[in-house]
Amino acid sequence: MSAQSSGQARGSGPAALLEVQDLKKHFPLYKGVFSRVSGQVYAVDGVSFHIDRGETLGLVGESGCGKSTVGRTLLKLLEPTEGRIIVRGEDITDADAAGMLPYRRQMQMIYQDPYASLNPRMSAGEIVGEPLIIHRAANPKERRERVLHLFERVGLRPELADSYPHEFSGGQRQRIGIARALALSPELIVSDEPVSALDVSIQAQIINLLMDLQDEFKLSYLFVAHDLAVVEHISDRVAVMYLGRIVETTGKTSLFETPLHPYTEALLSAVPIPKYGARERKRVILTGDVPSPINPPPGCHFHTRCPYAMARCRREAPTLREMLPGHWVSCHLHERGAIYPLAKPPGE
Amino acid sequence: MNPIGLVTRVRPEPGLKPDETVLEIENLKTHFFTAGGVVRAVDGVSYAVCSGETLGVVGESGCGKSVTALSVLRLVASPPGRIVGGAIRFAGRNLLDLTEREMEAIRGNDISMIFQEPMTSLNPLMTVGRQISEAIALHQGLSRHEAFVQAVEMLRRVHIPEAERRVHAYPHQLSGGMRQRVMIAMALSCGPRVLIADEPTTALDVTIQAQILDLMRELQDRLGTAIILITHDLGVVAENADRVVVMYAGRKVEEASAKALFESPGHPYTLGLLGSIPNLEVAAQTNTRRVRLSEIKGMVPSLADLPKGCTFAPRCGFATDECNAQYPPLVQHRPGHWVSCWHADRLLGGSS
Repeated sequence: MSAQSSGQARGSGPAALLEVQDLKKHFPLYKGVFSRVSGQVYAVDGVSFHIDRGETLGLVGESGCGKSTVGRTLLKLLEPTEGRIIVRGEDITDADAAGMLPYRRQMQMIYQDPYASLNPRMSAGEIVGEPLIIHRAANPKERRERVLHLFERVGLRPELADSYPHEFSGGQRQRIGIARALALSPELIVSDEPVSALDVSIQAQIINLLMDLQDEFKLSYLFVAHDLAVVEHISDRVAVMYLGRIVETTGKTSLFETPLHPYTEALLSAVPIPKYGARERKRVILTGDVPSPINPPPGCHFHTRCPYAMARCRREAPTLREMLPGHWVSCHLHERGAIYPLAKPPGE
Repeated sequence: MNPIGLVTRVRPEPGLKPDETVLEIENLKTHFFTAGGVVRAVDGVSYAVCSGETLGVVGESGCGKSVTALSVLRLVASPPGRIVGGAIRFAGRNLLDLTEREMEAIRGNDISMIFQEPMTSLNPLMTVGRQISEAIALHQGLSRHEAFVQAVEMLRRVHIPEAERRVHAYPHQLSGGMRQRVMIAMALSCGPRVLIADEPTTALDVTIQAQILDLMRELQDRLGTAIILITHDLGVVAENADRVVVMYAGRKVEEASAKALFESPGHPYTLGLLGSIPNLEVAAQTNTRRVRLSEIKGMVPSLADLPKGCTFAPRCGFATDECNAQYPPLVQHRPGHWVSCWHADRLLGGSS
């Protein structure tokens, strides 16, 4: 299953910058005096995808679905439990810290919280220049030049390089975080909810900046977020996650126009649309909460909340299958090449 | 005794004002006196809400939308905050003239509030049943047992499964969506005439948000409660509010029916806000990815050091010398559509 489902969408060849195969990350739960392992949190439970050069893959889902863990595991900030991570054809799954060093230059990260992700005791310029020191990529003079250039590029006044994080607003701090991620000219940036802590008007500035930078440096993004509208805006392809698994992945147009997974359908219809008259649209309102990833339901993880659930869904986990060109879905409703018509998506 | 479940109400035509104004805020000024100077968090804000109506209040962080709401309940921490002017009229009285004791009879009874983060606004040491029944017993003079029975009933009304069991749960044993339901149950337990919901769904996932907003609408239809819905999410406003107030830097810059606001905004700030949100429909249908969002340049000014003239002028594409010289008055340009901008006619001009 894993080998096939990694080759999804847009005819990925050997050119894929990053390929993830059947990635799993389980966190053990300890209990008692002897710290016996009493269970596992199945945070990521078999996820496969690829990202091409210059492409943005959006990873969307609700809190606790494992989307952030995917981002962290593929940068090996967390050790994967199972599966393979392949960068430009090289398997980095078992690389140690030293072996990872060259890959870290190519893969950087932007964090959600612009307050917690900057060291308050370092000036903005030191923060942006630190990756250059760690990777011995520049002498002090070059470093200073590079930092000032990066400041300008992300829309910060270079004279602010000696200010400390507390002197910046949330949006400006996020720009510092972006400049730091760009310092080593990476090819892939994993951005974990980069705009969700920001106000609407600032959010637009940062999204525009990320798109401009992508054009300029031919960056690839893994864009992790819970806001479907933001993800749709910035991504070429979108993968929807639910309880540790990808349930559907496709180009954004077909995701919106023909969601094939009942969860995607519900997610789309729950997003409030800032347009008068949108309230009249038909909604699919899910009942209940997301189950715990400690004891995920058997079979299809979504069956407890799925309005279409059948007996089979409780027993057997569906696998991702390509139902339309480039459109992969993991649901028993669509059987033997026939697509089950879900209710019309919102806005139609 | 049970205030819930009796009234059925026909939702008025959106945009039309139902007759009965329940709460009226008039030229409210709440300032904070800090070492760094006077922060004019709310600087002359007026709005009113009618029974059965949902008034959306939108704006970015620091625009004064929450402080206005806290001022209504007189919950602004003092010092450093103080309500320095204006009036808040409810049921023929000015709430600012009441004693603290009289105010206590109103809070949670006639006017109640739902906060953003349910975990910090529920008492972690009390079961949710006790927290709900406390308010009921206090305001309606029921015995503890009667109040408890009603608390179970309230939990059932907000669709908490197994209410009899959950009533004995502590807040940490419930999920975020459940906690927010408990907050709503508590806020509505005394059948308030006004419900102030301050970012009620911001901390929740979208599928849970949809459940909670649906629930608020359902209860409003049944009870005829006036709701003040404070949020930064224009999507939530478009789908839930009848009328909308837009705030910027401590002042109301626009007020209109939801229809008018979203179809022909009159203030450049409102226009900018609408342009800066990625729209699910548009984003999906444009295949060329390079659609830039129309951003509002710069950032919100410091409330302790506001620019002279229009506070939005430094970020505004329409700004002229006039804007930098003097703050524009709030003018009614169309029936029910108020805008505080020297150039509102240019924005409203094209559409009618």
